[in-house]
Amino acid sequence: MAAKVITITSGKGGVGKTTTTANLAVALAAGGDKVVCIDGDIGLRNLDVILGLENRIVYDLVDIVEGRCRLRQAMIRDKRLPELYLIPAAQTRDKSAVSPSDMVRLCDELRSDCDYILIDSPAGIERGFRNAVAPADVVVVVTNPEVSAVRDADRIIGLVEAEEKGPAKLIINRLKPEMVKRGDMLSVNDVLDLLAVELIGIVPEDEGVLTGGNRGAPVAFDGKGMAGQAFRNISRRLKGETVEFLDLSSQSGLFGKITRFFRSGGG
Amino acid sequence: MSPLVQIKGIREGLLVVLGEGDWPELHSSLLDLIVQQRDFLRGAKIYLEVGNQILNASEMGQLRDEISEQGLNLWGVITNSPKTEQTAQVLGLATKLSRQTEKTIQRSLGTPDTNLSSGEDAILIRRTLRSGFSIRHEGHVIIIGDVNPGAEIVAGGSVVVWGNLRGVVSAGSGGDKTAVICALELAPVQLRIAGTQANLPKRKGKASPVLAKLLDEQIITENWLPAKDKSGGLWPLK
Repeated sequence: MAAKVITITSGKGGVGKTTTTANLAVALAAGGDKVVCIDGDIGLRNLDVILGLENRIVYDLVDIVEGRCRLRQAMIRDKRLPELYLIPAAQTRDKSAVSPSDMVRLCDELRSDCDYILIDSPAGIERGFRNAVAPADVVVVVTNPEVSAVRDADRIIGLVEAEEKGPAKLIINRLKPEMVKRGDMLSVNDVLDLLAVELIGIVPEDEGVLTGGNRGAPVAFDGKGMAGQAFRNISRRLKGETVEFLDLSSQSGLFGKITRFFRSGGG
Repeated sequence: MSPLVQIKGIREGLLVVLGEGDWPELHSSLLDLIVQQRDFLRGAKIYLEVGNQILNASEMGQLRDEISEQGLNLWGVITNSPKTEQTAQVLGLATKLSRQTEKTIQRSLGTPDTNLSSGEDAILIRRTLRSGFSIRHEGHVIIIGDVNPGAEIVAGGSVVVWGNLRGVVSAGSGGDKTAVICALELAPVQLRIAGTQANLPKRKGKASPVLAKLLDEQIITENWLPAKDKSGGLWPLK
């Protein structure tokens, strides 16, 4: 096995990086892949909470890097999905505790032993972002359909290109078809017109995502709600499958048109 | 023989001057020096003067990360090579020292090309300028791609964008009032020609190529409608 390293980032905070990381990890693991997720947000860790693994943390990322434990000891196995592991971030340190080359070494050590390594990047464009992107094979940028988030996504996509990590892939999170229909929210086309990168997922606003995160059970576990399905579809697209975009036209005529547009475009 | 790597103190921080040679060799002697003097240099802002050395983004990015791992910051890259300068700008590094500093450092960075200051040369950039990217050039600037909000072009001459211009753009920055700005679609956050700021009306209807120029201290825009242009001339590009 030679794992693919996927970094999830956004620039702006609060657009759903951690939620997306948790759900994609769950969706990939539920599909039978061995997945290790790494929380890159040292000092402000959350991925452990969203995945419901907070109470099992003994060692963390900084302990591995500073040699206080072996890699295996810091990997927390999710009991619900046997192929899902988490390497949590340290809470008492900051981003400078780890360097980009530490992250590359760590991922190289993991690569032979799993299918996917998902790295949850912190917000911002500083050290934490560079740590998260350094080992990436694929960078996924999460944005919301709002002007400030899209601006930041544009900046991040530019930085990813500058680091020669190839064109980033895009997930539009928390889309409200009703608001798009009224013209109060940027549409998928508005976002793509500016960012001009490959879209790999549209996740509709869904209350279940919030409650799932609070309970430590991401919606992708059952994959039933709209958002859960959307995350499962994204995980399949990351594996190279061609999956049709969800038809949300029952909720919005315009959104239906957009999704139909993407289908005809071969997305 | 001058050493491969020299360090000088300047107003902004430290200027590290690299000699001529192969990059791998220069790279390793630079790192050796930084590791040796790590405690002395800690926290310093490093400006790297690389002469004619051509560096690509991965080489420069790697060096920046290595320097940052030693507790220093790579702040700027000073170069004679336009390619290296673009790489530095892409990575968000400074590419110029202050005037005063430039005067005080001994090694000249090479006298500026006289063609450059006359505003008659141009650079061609074949990619989209995304937010945070900045192109500064004393001649004309031609972009094949979009210029997104948050990106910035400052040109001594004219600016031509084969794409959608939505960022900040300044032409004739040295005072050239004949400079023009044209784009397939013009919706800039800010537009200036020779220091005069434009108040562009919101576009109505279908987008069409537009040329903006200075007329009687005011910026006017003209749609590109070749059929009606009976003068037979091209746009008044210098």
